[in-house]
Amino acid sequence: MKPLIKKLTETFSPSGYENAIREVIMDEIKDFADEIKIDALGNLIARKGSGGKKIMLAAHMDEIGIMVNHVDKNGFARFASLGGVFPQTLVGSRVRFMNGTPGVIGAHYLKRPIKLIWNKDMFIDIGATSPKNSPVQIGDVAAFDRPFVDLGDRIIGKSMDDRIGVAVLIETLRKLKDTPHEVYFVFTTQEEVGVRGAITSAYGVNPDIGIAIDVTGADDIPEMDTKTIFLGKGPTFKFKDAGSIGDPRLIKHFIKVAEKDKIPYQREVANMGGTDARAIQLTHAGVPVMTLSIPCRYVHSPSEMVDYKDVQNTVKLLVKLLEKNIEI
Amino acid sequence: MLKIQNPQIKLLEKLTNAVALPGDEGAIRKIIRAEVGDIADELKIDAMGNLLITKHGKGKNRLKVMLAAHMDEVGFMLVDDEKDGIYSFETLGGIDTRQLVGKPVWVGKEKVEGVIGAAPIHLLDAEARNGKASLKSLKIDVGVGKPKVKVGDRATFATKFLRMGNSIRAKALDDRLGVAILIELLKNAPENIDLLAAFTVQEELGLRGAKIAAHAFNPDLALAVDSTPAYDMPMHDGSENIHYNTKLGEGPAIYTLDGRTLSDPRIIRWLSETGDEKKIPYQYRQPGGGGTDAGSIHLSRAGIPTGSVSVPGRYAHTAMGLCRIKDWENTLNLLHEALCRVSPKILEKNR
Repeated sequence: MKPLIKKLTETFSPSGYENAIREVIMDEIKDFADEIKIDALGNLIARKGSGGKKIMLAAHMDEIGIMVNHVDKNGFARFASLGGVFPQTLVGSRVRFMNGTPGVIGAHYLKRPIKLIWNKDMFIDIGATSPKNSPVQIGDVAAFDRPFVDLGDRIIGKSMDDRIGVAVLIETLRKLKDTPHEVYFVFTTQEEVGVRGAITSAYGVNPDIGIAIDVTGADDIPEMDTKTIFLGKGPTFKFKDAGSIGDPRLIKHFIKVAEKDKIPYQREVANMGGTDARAIQLTHAGVPVMTLSIPCRYVHSPSEMVDYKDVQNTVKLLVKLLEKNIEI
Repeated sequence: MLKIQNPQIKLLEKLTNAVALPGDEGAIRKIIRAEVGDIADELKIDAMGNLLITKHGKGKNRLKVMLAAHMDEVGFMLVDDEKDGIYSFETLGGIDTRQLVGKPVWVGKEKVEGVIGAAPIHLLDAEARNGKASLKSLKIDVGVGKPKVKVGDRATFATKFLRMGNSIRAKALDDRLGVAILIELLKNAPENIDLLAAFTVQEELGLRGAKIAAHAFNPDLALAVDSTPAYDMPMHDGSENIHYNTKLGEGPAIYTLDGRTLSDPRIIRWLSETGDEKKIPYQYRQPGGGGTDAGSIHLSRAGIPTGSVSVPGRYAHTAMGLCRIKDWENTLNLLHEALCRVSPKILEKNR
């Protein structure tokens, strides 16, 4: 899966501009799905199996990024954020625009990064000297530019959030030979700006069960008071986050399957954050949902790290789950 | 090209002088019905008060295009009777309380005159003079002996429409400009589409009306037509103004990103290409916060390709805004020309 993960994380597709990543995914899944659709918001919806329980698996294909909102008289591009970008991760970072233009994010080097303010203290230097010779203009979109790195068990890339979920879905679709369910593999858009793609795709699919596959922040790093989520100890079953509460029947079923097949898992209770499950649960007359998360360090920075074993275990668990009936 | 002339200006005068706060938009609904009730193919008022008007085109393969303009304006609601004609109040919609001290207001449907009162400068110490007036310290004063004024009444700025040469100064340009544009588009409806005009309610409280209007219309694509702030002023320290949002005189503002919507790139392209070809000036609104009815519409049902276009206006959400007639006319024409040339082809390629 590592070449796939490399390809996915090195593709540039911030929220609202998911064509590039959608084409990559389409190429990977077209021979394995029974039917593929793209909806008005650009969600890629692949079905496998038919007639059984409708199960929606959602992994978002967008990533955080920036959008130019002014090119100043000296040619520096000012910008707004697409999704939750942390100022302290930006200074010195490189970005790449959808038209290929590279740039570096600059700021006064003595200012404390945590205090930097959007569109005031920070700017993108694209080598221009005036609006006239700037290769970008208002409305142009960029994402972080960082290559994939393989450290063995641990792998690093930009947009592991949530290209790692995308990789898990692709691999699950390929490995799932037979299912009693009608499974919808949904690669959603605009998650980072408010789970918007999941709102419309869930309406369209109208599932019986919804499962979001996303990353969750691992806190097994120095200087953290509590350590609750670890890399390498398996995917997490989210009991709750700020956006949804995992359906207890679903969590119970997940635990049963994981323990039977000796797949490691972690129990997670989060106070912050939210996933596509937040949107899916409220569609039509309501849907039981759960989030399955891959632990990830340095979420929303240009270098997000996950453990490859966790990724493989997530795929293994999903295939086991989907091969058999889910009675809740 | 369509023109903004005396009849259109008279209508905007009527629209901006009328009072229609969130949840009580009847006055504007009435004006719209008088203007276009006769030419509508279908006319419906839904449970929340949205006015939904359909104008059918001719021929095959007609796109269903929804245009939304909100009828409500920001203002106030009286919350407590403190006797002698003094009322405490809450704001309806986003209003900067620094804008309020000393402003005349109209209270209730009968436009009872009042004023927003606060302590005079004589009685303020230095600290209070420099601070921000809290809503609690402000009262609406209608004078004694006004039995018709009651808690729960709505109030708005008592500002009368004024034409200033090529500019207009009025309250509620946000979004009576949009309402006026939709009326004009209904009167000049292109025949290649089904035009679904939604005059929405409660936009200022969170795009509420547009949510159900979009569900009911279920269009192929949609545009919100609104008015967006222009803060195109010189900076006090002579530095470059990089937070202008939009600029007066540079034409309709096409949205790419606001706090609620990432406009569909197909729609952005359609609008900008129309402007380029027809030589109608336009500008891109600076990507950033804020929101229009598009925020509700694009998430309706299984998703609706949506964008927004606004007439730039200075001093939005205060007692009086200021806009250029030419920007209004160019916005009307950009939309009209864009609608005249649109076909299902626009949706052939995926977003």
